Amino acid sequence: MTVVPLSWYLTLGAVLFTIGVLGVLVRRNVIVVFMSIELMLNAVNLVFVALSRHLHTMDGQVTVFFVMTVAAAEAAVGLAIIIAVFRNRETVNVDELTVLRW
Amino acid sequence: MSPALFLVLAACLIVGALGVVLLSSPVRSALSLVVTLFFMAVVFLLLDAQLVAALQVVVYAGAIMVLFLFVIMLLNLQADPPAMARLGVRVTAAFGASLFLLAVVRFLTRGGGTMTDPRGMATPLPEGFGSTQGLAELLFTRFLFAFEITSILLVVAIIGAVVLAKKKLT
Repeated sequence: MTVVPLSWYLTLGAVLFTIGVLGVLVRRNVIVVFMSIELMLNAVNLVFVALSRHLHTMDGQVTVFFVMTVAAAEAAVGLAIIIAVFRNRETVNVDELTVLRW
Repeated sequence: MSPALFLVLAACLIVGALGVVLLSSPVRSALSLVVTLFFMAVVFLLLDAQLVAALQVVVYAGAIMVLFLFVIMLLNLQADPPAMARLGVRVTAAFGASLFLLAVVRFLTRGGGTMTDPRGMATPLPEGFGSTQGLAELLFTRFLFAFEITSILLVVAIIGAVVLAKKKLT
């Protein structure tokens, strides 16, 4: 049976990561920006799992476990911040939230 | 995984990811992300990572995306006119992205060796690879410290989320 080489998985991970970066840079809705960050984390998870399979060691899968934990914590805190900001400013557009801009 | 199956899954993943970025309604973006995460779980399953695939569905598609949808509906966000960045930002972003992808493809095709050799992904795996038991053994031995630190991280995140969402800023 023919199988897919590791480089295909790494390329797919790079493509998904790039789409996530583009989402962060281009979209102005802060929740969509957040979802793009989740997409980037998942692209990295794909690379970890593929390399884990390639190298026959489960360290990569353990790392994915930790990445998921960080993603969950980040989503909880980030969405709480979004709710707090929306309550005070009535907006989720990142172009209108410029208080901290230098 | 056969090349045909991989290409189908990759196409689904890329379409789903583009949906997250391009759809104007935040709810549709979130649902598109759920689809993407499910296909990613399938890829994990085919890469002999059973537990990670299950966690992907339960934690990501289940918990995190429900949280996202909950916040979107709580804030009652409408499909705003596709709010995009300025043209200069968009052009720079597209240029940088294509440069990055070009670098990755060039590195993988030139630096090749074992990475482009399909046999590397076909070798038989040790017993219990990707199983809950195997992963748990690693978590409670070599990665024990990181695992314990994770619990502190989660407690901090819970307290932070409650405090932030509760407080009325002045």
